[in-house]
Amino acid sequence: MTDETLTERQRELERLREHELPPTEHDDELPSPTARAAKPASLWSDAWKELRKKPIFLISAALILLMIVMAIAPQLFTSIDPFAPGTCTLGNSLGTPSAENWFGYDLQGCDYYSRTIYGARTSVSMGIVVMLFASIIAVTLGSIAGYYGGWIDAIIARLADIWFAIPIILAGIVFLNALGERGFWQVALVLIVFGWPTMLRLMRSSVLSVKEADFVQAARALGASDFRIITRHILPNGITPVIVYGTISVGVVIAAEATLSFLGVGLQLPAISWGLMISTAQNRILTAPHLLFFPGIFLSVTVFSFILMGDALRDALDPKLR
Amino acid sequence: MTQTQASPEEAGPAGQHLLEVRDLEVEFRMRMGTVKASDRVSYHVDAGETLAIVGESGSGKTVSAQAIMGIIDTPPGFVTGGEILYRGRDLLKMDERSRRKIRGENVSMIFQDALTALNPVFTVGWQIAEMFRKHRGTSKSMAKLRAVELLEMVGIPSAKQRVDAYPHEFSGGMRQRAMIAMALALDPDVLIADEPTTALDVTVQAQIMDLLARLREDLGMGLILITHDLGVVAEVADRVSVMYAGRIVENADAADLYPRPGHPYTKGLMESLARPDDKGGRLRPIQGSPPDLLHRPSGCSFHPRCRYAQPLCTEEDPPLIDIGEGRSSACHFAREILDE
Repeated sequence: MTDETLTERQRELERLREHELPPTEHDDELPSPTARAAKPASLWSDAWKELRKKPIFLISAALILLMIVMAIAPQLFTSIDPFAPGTCTLGNSLGTPSAENWFGYDLQGCDYYSRTIYGARTSVSMGIVVMLFASIIAVTLGSIAGYYGGWIDAIIARLADIWFAIPIILAGIVFLNALGERGFWQVALVLIVFGWPTMLRLMRSSVLSVKEADFVQAARALGASDFRIITRHILPNGITPVIVYGTISVGVVIAAEATLSFLGVGLQLPAISWGLMISTAQNRILTAPHLLFFPGIFLSVTVFSFILMGDALRDALDPKLR
Repeated sequence: MTQTQASPEEAGPAGQHLLEVRDLEVEFRMRMGTVKASDRVSYHVDAGETLAIVGESGSGKTVSAQAIMGIIDTPPGFVTGGEILYRGRDLLKMDERSRRKIRGENVSMIFQDALTALNPVFTVGWQIAEMFRKHRGTSKSMAKLRAVELLEMVGIPSAKQRVDAYPHEFSGGMRQRAMIAMALALDPDVLIADEPTTALDVTVQAQIMDLLARLREDLGMGLILITHDLGVVAEVADRVSVMYAGRIVENADAADLYPRPGHPYTKGLMESLARPDDKGGRLRPIQGSPPDLLHRPSGCSFHPRCRYAQPLCTEEDPPLIDIGEGRSSACHFAREILDE
């Protein structure tokens, strides 16, 4: 009797686990094709279904999309090109926001609205570029370290630990200060070089757990090469935490770029970036607060959106939180 | 699935088995010490026959299969001796590339829990088709057609629709069928089934065993069935090797083993089995638990649990000796047990 109740209970559990419908369907019987013909559900399609219903995701996605469009095509938002000669009139210097000019003017009498809009390009592309390169490094090295283990792992993990021990802002100050010319790529390089270790640790630990999965062993038993096992079995199953962290890190990188620029070791004029604008505004916080306010708001909203997006993704991609 | 097996040059010289394991030694070197998980293990399987390897969990039955497939985690596991001959070629002496070619193509394996053995992020059909695309260079659409054929072969209803389903959308039995389809995709000569039915309902267990038996016959492959279920063994196996504490303690034809076990451990296993004709009687479990391989008992590993144990058993490890009728047993008193 107890045995029967036990197996009954196990079956019950299994049904729950599989979200399967109650007992009428015997194991190998043919369930109605219509029920099964519905679109197959994968991790990603499940996550998408989940996300579509989340206001947090929708809001952050809309904001991110807006920022990306702004970065790609600032002309859509403003007819003034801040890089064109003769757009600034010194007579307008430090002009305050008004009905016809919402964001006012900066010290040089340049239109602050168009500058803020154009600033999105630097910040957003910095965030995305750094995130992409850092995750490529992290995913590659993390997979190799986690999969092969042994001395390869020891070298990569220790290397990451060494980088990890250096705070990104400190490294930025030291290295960028040493460089005479600081453009987009110099700043990006420093952020990439010091940004990958966290992601590498995430990737590595995720690979370590997926590696133990039966399907990895099964794939090996059926003749898959190491490369295939990593790309087809381990990465698709283990990359979720990196995607989540990567999304959040776009925001973090944007903030870091702004911080470096604010500290005077980031981008240099005539580049336009929110961090640079905030940096220039710092001496006039009391007399012209709008110079700080507008790039500050844009920066915070962007960083905030990426972090929210990362949170929403994490919730949607982690089946345990459902 | 009409491909004929053994072509002339493939059929080895007389006396050569399709797959043979000779004196296989596998060690696991851990911080607490070294465990010999496979100790002088020898067995073989020929085309069209089923060899069952029976034993409790931890008896080393899976380890030898993993050694054949070359999927032992190293470290801590090391193959320290012996030979694994596939058509006379020693797999252990091959380089990794040629070995990988043998996996899946010649020797294939299915696992206990097909849910975890299938990749959750790809459709079942994709995973099967992948075998053709990677090993045979089949085009995408052809590979998918072949996947549908295979799913039909293993008895999955409306395979055309199911081919696009994900593993978690399959029931336990269907998953195991899909796993079998995947393992058979490249027409292997030997299939190793590691507890293929343990995770399934009893009714489904029978269906899967029938399927395996049918496929073995149709495809003429050798089947190595690893299991702890003597009931399953009785139905499908031709020969049985019983393992205990990393050693094979008895080899026999399945038909001979049941009526007359030749090793006290086998006898104990038989007696602990519930039988319909023995209704109301008490089961007689084997006393004690399997030995801790780090602290192996002296002499015969089974002696602490053996009702026939004599002083000799604590001193001398019995070799696997021939006891006639093509049987062998690793017990000092094998003949007495056999005649009892």
